[in-house]
Amino acid sequence: MRFHFKTDYDQDIRLFEDGWTFSLYAALLVLALALPLMIDPFFLGEATNVLIWAIAGLGLMLLTGQTGQVSLGHSAFMALGCYSCVLMMEANVPFVVAFLLAGVITGVVGALIAIPALKLHGVYLAIATLALAILADDIIVLLKEWTDGVNGKMSPPIDLFGYEISRWNNPIEWYYLTLAVVLMVTLFYRNLLRAPLGRAFAAVRDSEISAQAMGVNVAQTKTIAFGISCAITGLGGALMGLFAGAFNNETFNFLLSIQLLMMIVVGGLGFIHGAFLGAVVIAFLPQVLSMTTDLFGRGVAIPGLESGVFGVILILFILFEPMGLYGRWLKIRTFLELFPFARKDMFKRQKSYLKTERLR
Amino acid sequence: MSLLELDSVTLKFGGLTAVNNLSMSVEEGQVFALVGPNGAGKSTVFNLISRFYTPVTGSITFDGKDVLKMAPHEVPNLGIARTFQNIELFHQATVLQNLLVGRHRHRKTNMIAQMLHLPSVRAEEREHRHAVEEVIDLLDLQPYRNSRIAGLPYGVRKVVELGRALASKPRLLLLDEPASGLSVEETQNMRWWIDDIRRHMGITVLMVEHDMGLVGKVCDRVLALADGAKLAEGTPAEVQSHPKVIEAYLGTNAVSKGGKVA
Repeated sequence: MRFHFKTDYDQDIRLFEDGWTFSLYAALLVLALALPLMIDPFFLGEATNVLIWAIAGLGLMLLTGQTGQVSLGHSAFMALGCYSCVLMMEANVPFVVAFLLAGVITGVVGALIAIPALKLHGVYLAIATLALAILADDIIVLLKEWTDGVNGKMSPPIDLFGYEISRWNNPIEWYYLTLAVVLMVTLFYRNLLRAPLGRAFAAVRDSEISAQAMGVNVAQTKTIAFGISCAITGLGGALMGLFAGAFNNETFNFLLSIQLLMMIVVGGLGFIHGAFLGAVVIAFLPQVLSMTTDLFGRGVAIPGLESGVFGVILILFILFEPMGLYGRWLKIRTFLELFPFARKDMFKRQKSYLKTERLR
Repeated sequence: MSLLELDSVTLKFGGLTAVNNLSMSVEEGQVFALVGPNGAGKSTVFNLISRFYTPVTGSITFDGKDVLKMAPHEVPNLGIARTFQNIELFHQATVLQNLLVGRHRHRKTNMIAQMLHLPSVRAEEREHRHAVEEVIDLLDLQPYRNSRIAGLPYGVRKVVELGRALASKPRLLLLDEPASGLSVEETQNMRWWIDDIRRHMGITVLMVEHDMGLVGKVCDRVLALADGAKLAEGTPAEVQSHPKVIEAYLGTNAVSKGGKVA
């Protein structure tokens, strides 16, 4: 266990609480940068996939984990991010501009949709946003002049400052591109959390009534959270479509939203680490499953196996580890740090005192 | 002119009159208490001032400004901070983060600057941190700085909530039952803090409290409410021996026997 003797307010404000933590994350970054040297292109592609899922997951995490608003409509925003980015690229907008602008467009549209939707609470908000996800599928088909409907679109090659990146020819560059976006999004996310806006998110999540009494404009804060969340998810969607090579309305159907939500719950709601851990699970589970079925009977595909296993995992996590994989890691770490003094009940959740529900 | 003025305020929920034609004024620098039996409408008065409810008739002014024209989240900007009867803290956050939310009305930077963590944001954060540290010093919260609310005992939560309100540097502090559920020592501490808040920080305090011992020690002026209407107003001693107050608390027999509300 490390103890901090703090002598400066900056020690509470900066990103890493001490040199040890900093060196851990620096080592992780070096590992991430060196990854292409260590694994073959197939697994590098899988790693890229994990990072793309993590970006989309960070978007939903900001809304659900940080601000406490559930959304099952984020597949719609992934689609919006993807289509707007590709359409702009086809109109010869440089990739960097098209990509960032796609994020902005998704964010603005998300915020506009949020204004009426966020008047709803809890399960009603989930249903409303789910409707949005299902609707997005149809809208893509209806707008076939731009989206090519069910036939779908081919992803154009990425032209980064005159340097062409395609998934098959330069997987390493693709990986670095995704890593750069991950780093940017994670940094912005962390910066928000240590600023007034991030604390306002948490305030809205934990008690709207007292957030209001502290001067937080609840409706505005929720709208901003939804907007930023959609923008990040839109970037994730754009990368996902470009990485897939081709996409249509089916690519972004509502099941994607549910996978996204499952991912952040399994990873650990409210933790940045949770988005990454969840992304690893969601990206590798299909491979693990197909390897296992191969072991038992070659070539026999079991329909619905994947979603069945996903569902079971989700139920098990909600029952036994609501804090997700990252929460489990925190417990293990505390156990090791305090060994042998850790108590079994240390993380037991206390019953909260009566809350004033009538003021909602 | 008084700091806070309620003028013939009435609030009805359907057929129920929660607050009935209530007028009161709190002077700058006072510690003012609202007392009354359960359901008398004391917390409702707080919720009216916080703009969670809108009165049917009447006006509420703070320092000459019309409070009723404000949205609930604008009220703190006037310099009004409050606590809640059943503790409404941000329970997944640490004590420090809770207190920093109290600084919300003093923020100056915008979303983009915060996302990029520009130097102006860093400077502002230091300022907030310093202001919060003063509150931590006053309320002896040092041991709990980085503890999450979810694991803290009731008494500490009560103090954190007071701290969060103080962190916003208010002119008027609304305390909803600051001593409810506290032990004798904790109530003592609360009394000294209320004294300090008034004397050294120059903050006016309006509180709802059942503990007449505490009210008698810290308050300059007391208003007794029953069924939403004013029963009596005056110094703690005057109100405690007022026949109508005794009747409301103890029944008519007690009046003839010369009882006093403890």
